[in-house]
Amino acid sequence: MGWAGFLLRRSAGTAAVVLLLSAGVFGLLYLAPGDIQQTLLGTRPATAETIAALRARYHLDDPVAVQYLRWLGGVLGGDLGTSIRTGQPVADMLGERLPRTLVLTGYGTLLAALIGLPLGVLGALRKGRASDRLVVTAGVVGLSAPPFAVGLLLLVVFALGLGWFPVYGTGEGFASELWHLTLPAVALAAGAAGMLLRFSRAALVRELDQDYVVFARARGLSAPVVLGYAMRNSLVPVLTAAGLVVTGMLAGTVLVEVTFALPGLGSLLVDSVTFKDVPVVQALALLLTLLIAAVNLLVDVAYSVADPRVRLGGGAS
Amino acid sequence: MTAPGRTRRRALVPRFPLAVPLALAVLVLVVAAAAFAPWLVPGATAQDLMTGISMPGPGHPLGTDDLGRDVLSLLVAGARTAVPGAFAVAAGSMLIGNLLGLAAGYFGGWTDTLVMRWADLMFSLPALLVAIVVAGVLGGGYGLAVAVLVVLFAPTDTRVVRGAVLEQRHRPYVEAALLKNLSSWRIMTRHIWPNIVPVSLASAFLNFAFALVSLSSLSFLGLGVPAGSPDWGRTLADNRTQLLANPWAVIAPGLAVIVTAAALNLVGDWLHERFERRAR
Repeated sequence: MGWAGFLLRRSAGTAAVVLLLSAGVFGLLYLAPGDIQQTLLGTRPATAETIAALRARYHLDDPVAVQYLRWLGGVLGGDLGTSIRTGQPVADMLGERLPRTLVLTGYGTLLAALIGLPLGVLGALRKGRASDRLVVTAGVVGLSAPPFAVGLLLLVVFALGLGWFPVYGTGEGFASELWHLTLPAVALAAGAAGMLLRFSRAALVRELDQDYVVFARARGLSAPVVLGYAMRNSLVPVLTAAGLVVTGMLAGTVLVEVTFALPGLGSLLVDSVTFKDVPVVQALALLLTLLIAAVNLLVDVAYSVADPRVRLGGGAS
Repeated sequence: MTAPGRTRRRALVPRFPLAVPLALAVLVLVVAAAAFAPWLVPGATAQDLMTGISMPGPGHPLGTDDLGRDVLSLLVAGARTAVPGAFAVAAGSMLIGNLLGLAAGYFGGWTDTLVMRWADLMFSLPALLVAIVVAGVLGGGYGLAVAVLVVLFAPTDTRVVRGAVLEQRHRPYVEAALLKNLSSWRIMTRHIWPNIVPVSLASAFLNFAFALVSLSSLSFLGLGVPAGSPDWGRTLADNRTQLLANPWAVIAPGLAVIVTAAALNLVGDWLHERFERRAR
C-alpha cells in the first residue's frame, strides 16, 4: 500500500470519528438538565417574545436531525453561536483566549521534552544504578502528581517562600508574560515529563538489548553512533507517549489555568460548564475534539515515517 | 525491590529498596484513615468561624482553614471521600474491561473488531476533559463523574485483558476444555480468567491512581463532591486564595494527593512486573 492510500484511509477514519463526536457535542444541549429553552435563555427573562426569538434563532421547532445539520453548517462556516453568559459571539471569546493557552501548552510541552527525554536516555544508559533509580522514581511521582497540586506547591515554595516568581496575574509584554507563565508551565510539564521519561527509557532499554547493538559495539563503533541507532529505533513508543502528552496537556491546562487564575481556554471551559453556558462548552468541546483527532492522525503518520512496516500493513502496537 | 532469584541489574523498573514497602505502608494508612475517619476525627467538618484561618499552633498541628476547620482532621477525613470513588472507578472499569476483553480475545473475529474499535475510540478521548464537560453540563456531580470515568477507563483494562487472553487462547488446557465440550462461558470464566486476574489487578491499581487524581481534580474545579465536603481537591480549592494566612491548608492536601497517587502507581508497576515475569 502506498502513501496516498495510507493517508486517505487514516484521514477518513479520523473524519468519521470527529463526525461521530460532533453529534455527541451537539447533544450536550439536550443533555443539560431542564428545558432547552430555559438553558438557552440563561438569566434573561422568559417573556413570550424572547422565547419566540429563541425558538426561531435556534430552530427549535425543526426535527433534531435538522437542528444538528444547521448547527454543523454554522460551525463549518465559522459561526459558533453566542455565549449565554456574556452575550458575545463565541468565536471572539475563543480567539481572545486561544493564544495564551497555546503559549502555555507549547511552553509546557517544550519543558516536558527538555526534562523527560534526556532523563529517559540517562536512565537507560545507566540502567539499574542509583541515578537510574532516582530518575525512575522521580518519573513515577511526576506522573502521579495532578497539575493543580503541583502548581499550588510551586506557588507556595517559589512565589511565596522564595519570591522568585509572581503569585498571580499574566504580566505585560512578552518577557514578563513568559515569566508569569513559567510556574504554570512547570506544573503542566511535570506529568508529561514523567510520561516521556518512562516511555523513552523503556524503549531505549529494550533497543540497547538487541543483537544489532551488541554487534555494532563489537565492531568498535563509537558509543554515540550506537546510541543514535538505538534511539531511532525507539522512536515509535516515544511517539505513542507524545500523543498521550498532548491530550494530557489539554486536560492539564484546564487545571493549571484555574490554579493560576489565567484567562485561557481552560478556565473558560470551567466557567462555562459551571454556568451551563452550553454554546461555549460545545465550541470548546468541538475544538478539543478536532485538536485531539489531528494529533492522533499526526502521530499515526509519524509512526509510519519512523517505522515503514506500519504503513505496509503490519501493526504498530 | 528485588525478588529472590534475580539480580538488581535485571530489574525492568528499578526502585529504591524501600520504595514498595513504603508505598504499601502509605496505602494501608490511607485506607485505614478512610475506614475509621468518623471515629478518628469525629468533628472534622465542624466549622469555627470565630477562629477562622490560622497558622499551625497548639491544638491544631497544621493550623485551621478558612472556615476554622482543623487541617489535620480534614486531611484524615479527606481519605474517606478520595478512596471509595476511586475504588468504584477501578473496580467498575475492571469488571467491564474483563467481560469485554475476555469476549474479544476468546471469540475473536467480529466481536474482537467491534470491541477494539470501541476501545480505540474511548482511548483517544481525554477522560478528565470528558468528565468535566459531561458532569458539568449535566450537573450530575460526583456519581455521574464516577460513571463517566468507569466508561472511559474500561478500554485500558479491555486491552490488557484481551492481550492476556490471546496469550492463553491456544494453550493446551483450553484445547482440552474445548474437547470436553465445555461451554464458552465456563471456559472463559473458570479456566482462562484465573490466569488473567493478576495482570488485570495490576492494571486496576494504575486505574485507581488515575481515578484518584481525576476525581480530586474535578472536586478542585468544583464539579465533584458537594461544597463543604472534606475532599483533598476541594480543600485545596477552598484555601488557595489564603496561601499567606496558612500555607499548610494547601500543602497538606496537595501532598496527600501526590503521595497517595504515587504509592498506587508504584505498587501497580511492581505488581505488573511481577506478574509479567511469572507469565513468561
